[in-house]
Amino acid sequence: MPDLFTSGFLTALVVGGLVAGVPLLFAGLGEIIAEASGVLNVGLEGMMLAGAFIGFVATLLTQNVWFGLGAGAVAGLLLSLVMVLFCIRLGLDQIVVGVAIVLTVEGATAVLHATLYGESYPRLDAAPRFAIPFLSDLPVLGGSLFTQPVIVYLGFILVGVVAWVLRNTSVGLHLRAAGEQPASLDAAGVDVVRIRSVAEMVCGALAGLGGAYLAIVGAGTFVPFVTNGMGFIAIVIAMLARGRAWWSVIGAFLFGMSLSLTTALQLVGIDVPVDVVQMLPFVSVIVVLVIFARDARLPSALGLPYLRGSR
Amino acid sequence: MTSPLTSPEAVVDVAPPTTRGAGLGDALVRSLGPIVLALITCGALLAIVGRDPVAFYSDILQAGLVRPSGLQDSITRMAPILLVAAGMIVAFRAGMWNLGSDGQYLLAAACVAGTAPNVLAAVPAPLGWLVLGLVGMAVGASWTLVPAWLRARYGLNEIVTTLMMSFVGTGLANLLIKGPFDGPSTVPQTAVVDPSLLLFDLPGTRIHIGVIVALIAVAAVYWVFSRTSFGMRIDVLGANARAAQHVGIRVSRLIIVTFLLSGALMGLAAAVDMLGIFGYMRADWNPAYGLKVVPLVFLARLNALAVIPFAAFFSVLSIGGEYAARRAQLPSDFLLLVIGLVLTFMVVTQYLTDKRDRGEPILPRRRAGMARA
Amino acid sequence: MGTTGPTIEDRSTPQTATPAVELIDITKTFPGVVANDRISLAAMPGEVLCLLGENGAGKSTLMSILSGIYRPDEGRILVDGRPVNIDSPRHGRDLGIGMVYQHLSLIPTLTVLENLMMGSNPGLSLDRDGARTRLGELSERLGVTVDPDARAGSLALGQQQQVEIIKALWSGSRVLILDEPTSMLTPQGIAELQDVLRGLKRSGLAIIFITHKLHEAVAIGDRVAILKQGKVVGRLDPADLAAMTPDEIQARIVAAMFGSSAATDVADIAELRPTSGVTATARDLSSKPLLEVVDVSADAAGGEHALADINLEVRGGEILGVAGVDGSGQRTLAEVIAGQSRHVTGSIRLGGVTIDGLSIAERQALGLRYVTDDRLGEGVVSSYPLSLNLVLKRIGQPPFWRGGRVDRAQIRRSAVESIRLFDIRTPSTETRIGKLSGGNIQKALLARELSFEPRVVVFNKPTHGLDVRTIVAVRERIRALAEEGVAIVVISNDLDELVDLSDRVAVLDAGRITGVVPAGPEAEVRIGELIVGVAPAQAVG
Repeated sequence: MPDLFTSGFLTALVVGGLVAGVPLLFAGLGEIIAEASGVLNVGLEGMMLAGAFIGFVATLLTQNVWFGLGAGAVAGLLLSLVMVLFCIRLGLDQIVVGVAIVLTVEGATAVLHATLYGESYPRLDAAPRFAIPFLSDLPVLGGSLFTQPVIVYLGFILVGVVAWVLRNTSVGLHLRAAGEQPASLDAAGVDVVRIRSVAEMVCGALAGLGGAYLAIVGAGTFVPFVTNGMGFIAIVIAMLARGRAWWSVIGAFLFGMSLSLTTALQLVGIDVPVDVVQMLPFVSVIVVLVIFARDARLPSALGLPYLRGSR
Repeated sequence: MTSPLTSPEAVVDVAPPTTRGAGLGDALVRSLGPIVLALITCGALLAIVGRDPVAFYSDILQAGLVRPSGLQDSITRMAPILLVAAGMIVAFRAGMWNLGSDGQYLLAAACVAGTAPNVLAAVPAPLGWLVLGLVGMAVGASWTLVPAWLRARYGLNEIVTTLMMSFVGTGLANLLIKGPFDGPSTVPQTAVVDPSLLLFDLPGTRIHIGVIVALIAVAAVYWVFSRTSFGMRIDVLGANARAAQHVGIRVSRLIIVTFLLSGALMGLAAAVDMLGIFGYMRADWNPAYGLKVVPLVFLARLNALAVIPFAAFFSVLSIGGEYAARRAQLPSDFLLLVIGLVLTFMVVTQYLTDKRDRGEPILPRRRAGMARA
Repeated sequence: MGTTGPTIEDRSTPQTATPAVELIDITKTFPGVVANDRISLAAMPGEVLCLLGENGAGKSTLMSILSGIYRPDEGRILVDGRPVNIDSPRHGRDLGIGMVYQHLSLIPTLTVLENLMMGSNPGLSLDRDGARTRLGELSERLGVTVDPDARAGSLALGQQQQVEIIKALWSGSRVLILDEPTSMLTPQGIAELQDVLRGLKRSGLAIIFITHKLHEAVAIGDRVAILKQGKVVGRLDPADLAAMTPDEIQARIVAAMFGSSAATDVADIAELRPTSGVTATARDLSSKPLLEVVDVSADAAGGEHALADINLEVRGGEILGVAGVDGSGQRTLAEVIAGQSRHVTGSIRLGGVTIDGLSIAERQALGLRYVTDDRLGEGVVSSYPLSLNLVLKRIGQPPFWRGGRVDRAQIRRSAVESIRLFDIRTPSTETRIGKLSGGNIQKALLARELSFEPRVVVFNKPTHGLDVRTIVAVRERIRALAEEGVAIVVISNDLDELVDLSDRVAVLDAGRITGVVPAGPEAEVRIGELIVGVAPAQAVG
């Protein structure tokens, strides 16, 4: 029986989990915002994938990680405009449009990738890391935990910001109201379509950012279908989170841990098939859903278009 | 968590069997319009990435339709497409978004391919096909049980659960092929069935009888929904779940039965593919019919017979597309782009024709309707 | 009802010459319907303008126009004499028009304070302290107390309405519009509301009070405008109201609403008045109870109270009314009897046989029927044709299905017959039922539930939202059914209706039966007392 509690194992598990979960942190946070406002963003997977591809291309061209991340966020945001136009403004079915976005982006990124990089398969340099003074000097995990690309720290700060905005600002209040009972919000003089549009655009940008992180910081390259269902997991996290932004951290960390478990186990000499690794996050989500089935609750107006004066 | 989300029946106007929609022209616009628009858009994209769209599309036609072997391949490809579509129609008409057909299909395929060599060695081929078909159906059905139960018992949204199960099923299928079902070959794949033991071909062709099975299944689904009380109950459930409960339909039971039936059809699609064409399954192989079939069943308005021409179109596109993409040095994932755009244009066409039918202006009025002084 | 009318002094409050809000020739059409046809109205500060009309008369459309939800096709709106274009609810609010909707618009999962800050918070950061202060001021002005941190959904309906009024007045409204504000209130709650309105009126607010109840309009209004089919068909000014006796006022309003020439209509209205159960007592009741509900408790569902120890019995030919404030457990009671919800304890018997373990369909087969109040939500599949909706509860059964296969011709023939028997107005048997009017949908539901030998029928709000003629037809149908020996339960929040129809009325309060009142001259008053809980519990009859 190998010793599981070596510092190498722990570091690989915790730090690996943290880093692997960051794309999900962003996407999950975005979906929490969108779902709170009543928009089910099934296209999240597509937005992440678009962010990953565009982010990768932009980084490759500019050799600047920040440009890449920004471009990824913009790509996700632009895609979210499709949802905004079709679903929020025109009231078309959110699930069908979401599926359409996923399919189209999967096809488009695969084709573009093959056209542009089908022969060269370029890779990016490792993203620069920033060691937080003092914290990074802590024993055992400190060094690896607190020496990360700046975007990782920003992600965690963003979770706090979103939590605060949802709870303590009028935008947050209106967002929650739009998801629960949009007619009441409309009667109170707030434009439901606008609130939902903003939420969806923020969600798209965050999903794009998560995807860009995945390609630029995580993998260092883009391969077709790189998101591999992560967007759908983010949707489940948002459903369980019910508007609580902190849950994106928990969800992302658990997801990352189940991915990093393999690496960690390999370090202590246990070989785990890659298929098990890829399944594990989904199995954990199913297990969580079965256990907490009673508690998962969607905002009462989720997925339903709001069109004023429709009769 | 009750599920407030829209039912697939709300996406397209599933006219009840006794009423007829608008005329044929309208139906053509609604069904062919999105396809034409998607092909034009993709043509433009091809031109942008420096490929000749005309050559590309004529390659598709040539390889998928005109060339006899291509035509036969296309017809053969219709078998799994039709069965997956039938499985989706059953679920969608009950208001259940079974989006996890990939996992259901792959797991069934792995089990069928993994056991086929032994089964077909032990019993006469027709009996073996029957047994393996049932194995596929049972495995496909079983993979819907968790989402079905969560939906029936807790109202938990089935979109995410079927998708999650799909990813798990994909991984499990690979594990099975690399583990218990691993064949003698050096690459991870199941043992190969002796070609003489695969499904018969239609006389003088390379089209196996699985296509006939698929057509029968599709016709049966059509008949169930147009004629039987069972189909009517499923339809009522999809159209208004609360009304279904109110009128005395056992909703929970029907949800589970519908899911099982849907999964069984996915599993049958896998069995037909394994026993009709391949005779073995390689690890990491995934045709991913799932989401690609979604636009087809919506274009057919969840009508099982109407899905046949769309399945034919899709088969030609996928058989011909593989060849055309190879020639144009593009990945065959190009097909995803076409089909995603078809779905996009479908919702837009649907929206515009619905608006026109209601006599409303095509574009939403933003600042119109001000009071006249 | 136990409401007290305002005195003459209240009516002669001082008024200024300029109306707070004035509508001139407002017209609004929807495809196929003229909802408002050249309507002109003026609401003066310090006065209550009552808008009286039936369902579908155009009241709600008019109010949606005033609050900015719809925009009129034609006509002008003046606020304080200045023409305005109200293009959104926010704009309406900024102009000082506050709206209290019929269906309460508070979001139940948010707190009172959050509901109030929604759309009115000045900056980005929520000003909870400022909102608390403002809530204090307005509660004082209304003379009520509200817990700012309570979830809106946990408040009683009367309190929720007070919060709604506070919300409408939040940013200094000059006009307060109340849409059918009494429909969910107890008689006591209505009295409280009148006190609140009287106080607000004195402070110079213009109030528009929308109702379909004649006596409310007479009791509360300083001016009354009568709406019918989108038009103003009669007006009573303060001078008119002061000069006439209440009976004269009512006669004038009835004449305006239903036309003095249409004698049958007026007769119909007369029939709508309480008849003190004369018809009911005349019926010969069978001795054995057909429906028995024994010690039944059920969990809370759909925001209603849980049911506790319900005991009821209904004999063949008897009509048992169930009264109570909405949300007291009426729907749960109906669903428990129909089998749509499960009861936790107790037993339900049909003709002496317990049916606790039976499914909805099995209960239907035994002759137990449930006419739901949620007609579009669960009663019908609105995208299906009328003919299919009529057999929705008989899927798979002969003569419509044989061996599991449908016989369409039979379904159509049966539909033709139902259309004739129940006077359903429809273009054809194959018209989508969602396209029919509420009255015709209700007739279709009656046709479905009352065919194939009903023995016990539960009606939930059978006439809610219907036009007068259909109301009359539905009530006649219920009476005729009782004559045939069917045991009937009528659940309603319309006391007049219950007193009119029932042999006995059980009062449901917070999930318990607080008493059963036999029909009689004093029934209405005693039911009202039981609803507000001032009378001791009566023996169950």
